[in-house]
Amino acid sequence: MAEIFGIPAAALFGQLLLGFINGAFYATLSLGLAVIFGLLNIINFTHGAQYMMGAFVGWMLLTYLGIGYWPALILAPLIVGAIGMIIERTMISRLYKLDHLYGLLLTFGLALIIEGLFRNGYGVSGLAYAIPPQLSGGVNLGFMFLPLYRGWVVVASLVVCLATWFIIEKTRLGAYLRAATENPTLVQAFGINVPLLVTLTYGFGVALAGFAGVLAAPIYAVNPMMGSNLIIVVFAVVVIGGMGSILGAIVTGFSLGLIEGLTKVFYPEAAATVIFIIMAIVLLVKPAGLFGREA
Amino acid sequence: MHSAAQPAPATTADTLLAVRDLNAWYGESHVLHGMAFDIRAGEVVTLLGRNGAGKTTTLKSIMGVIDKRRGSIRFQGSELVGLASRHIARKGIAWCPEERGIFASLDVRENLMLPPVVAPGGFTLEQIFELFPNLKERLHSQGTKLSGGEQQMLAIGRILRTGARLLLLDEPTEGLAPVIVQQICQMIRRLKSMGFTIILVEQNFHAAATVADRHYIVEQGRVVDEIANEELEASMGKLHRYLGV
Repeated sequence: MAEIFGIPAAALFGQLLLGFINGAFYATLSLGLAVIFGLLNIINFTHGAQYMMGAFVGWMLLTYLGIGYWPALILAPLIVGAIGMIIERTMISRLYKLDHLYGLLLTFGLALIIEGLFRNGYGVSGLAYAIPPQLSGGVNLGFMFLPLYRGWVVVASLVVCLATWFIIEKTRLGAYLRAATENPTLVQAFGINVPLLVTLTYGFGVALAGFAGVLAAPIYAVNPMMGSNLIIVVFAVVVIGGMGSILGAIVTGFSLGLIEGLTKVFYPEAAATVIFIIMAIVLLVKPAGLFGREA
Repeated sequence: MHSAAQPAPATTADTLLAVRDLNAWYGESHVLHGMAFDIRAGEVVTLLGRNGAGKTTTLKSIMGVIDKRRGSIRFQGSELVGLASRHIARKGIAWCPEERGIFASLDVRENLMLPPVVAPGGFTLEQIFELFPNLKERLHSQGTKLSGGEQQMLAIGRILRTGARLLLLDEPTEGLAPVIVQQICQMIRRLKSMGFTIILVEQNFHAAATVADRHYIVEQGRVVDEIANEELEASMGKLHRYLGV
């Protein structure tokens, strides 16, 4: 069997793929956090719960309504995003004039409530969600076996991340968003409905989390706690990439997934902590994050 | 000359903006104390006064970007106090803030295109470039990489696109080289000849004198005097007393 640096090639590529998949979730989730933080100045601690809701809404659509994976991939983010917009309008919007800490406490509390409700209703053992038939099975690439669904997760996340980057950096709507991030008062004084822009942005960031949740449903068990396990790592990713940087969130998400995967191959003991070690180093050397603008 | 008690100017048919008994606050601090003045369509009027007199606050109050305001600001007969700034902008009023408000994360073109068109008849990009040729060469530069003068041109150029007919310009010549100041003054005269109505906040009354029809003197949050531009020469002594220069 072929070996690379003394590691069987199949094992190496297998872990790299796993790293890429984790990276895809890190990127999509940290991107949503970055978009929300940029405009709302709120660290959205509900993000993990909203990712979990995406997976659950996908599961519910299938179980209760017979709506399959592909429609759910569109519907679940819309539903979760809409719930997010209601939360923003009714609760978060009251906190913009207060210290950051209040937004953090509110969204953290909401995460606990949402997770509690789902735990109450569905337990913690996890619910199965089948891989859609079109994507079951896999292909042998010669050097490794690629399960189709996992390949799809990477491609779909990458496409969604790049589309988000394009919208924010290259379109007129994105220019409104960037401008409102810098100076909402002036943008409003030009006649643009900034509160609506804020609500839509929050809804969009949350929808990204919901989308990641549906993508995750067939890989990880649909479980009320699936978000809180992931979100801690995602926050580390955001700190490393730099709060509020769009491209930074994407690049950092995918790279850290890969680094984590490589660590699993070469020094498995550190796999769970490597991201936090990198976070600590980045905080020491470049506190604003690798892609962050100095405050 | 009006007394400090400010009899309300008689509103006439061509009054575009009528400000009456305007009070405004930043948090707890009461900045405008019964501001009152009129602007007629097509006029260029300056607000002159010392630092902290309330000139910038007056523009911000008209634009609705201040914590709290009371009194009356009528634009084309409709009341602006109580409206959110985005609705005020949609009525055809555009503001160029003192700090210019050029967005660092937008390039020059995006900065220019940012304010939505609120009424027909705004400048085309070509007309803006004709007025400010510098901008055309810098279209893809980051907005804040421009020189101060170019940033000022960008800040004014982008509100000309919107079709707004009442322009609030807050110290457009501040900190600029004399040749650029001349260029801006020339531009203001040109806009006036095109029928724009302009309220100009200025510290530099020599520049203001070359463009304005009338001057309101602002002191401690109210208008204390009005000087027609023709009387400016004769009123120099008075003006120096007001402005403390």
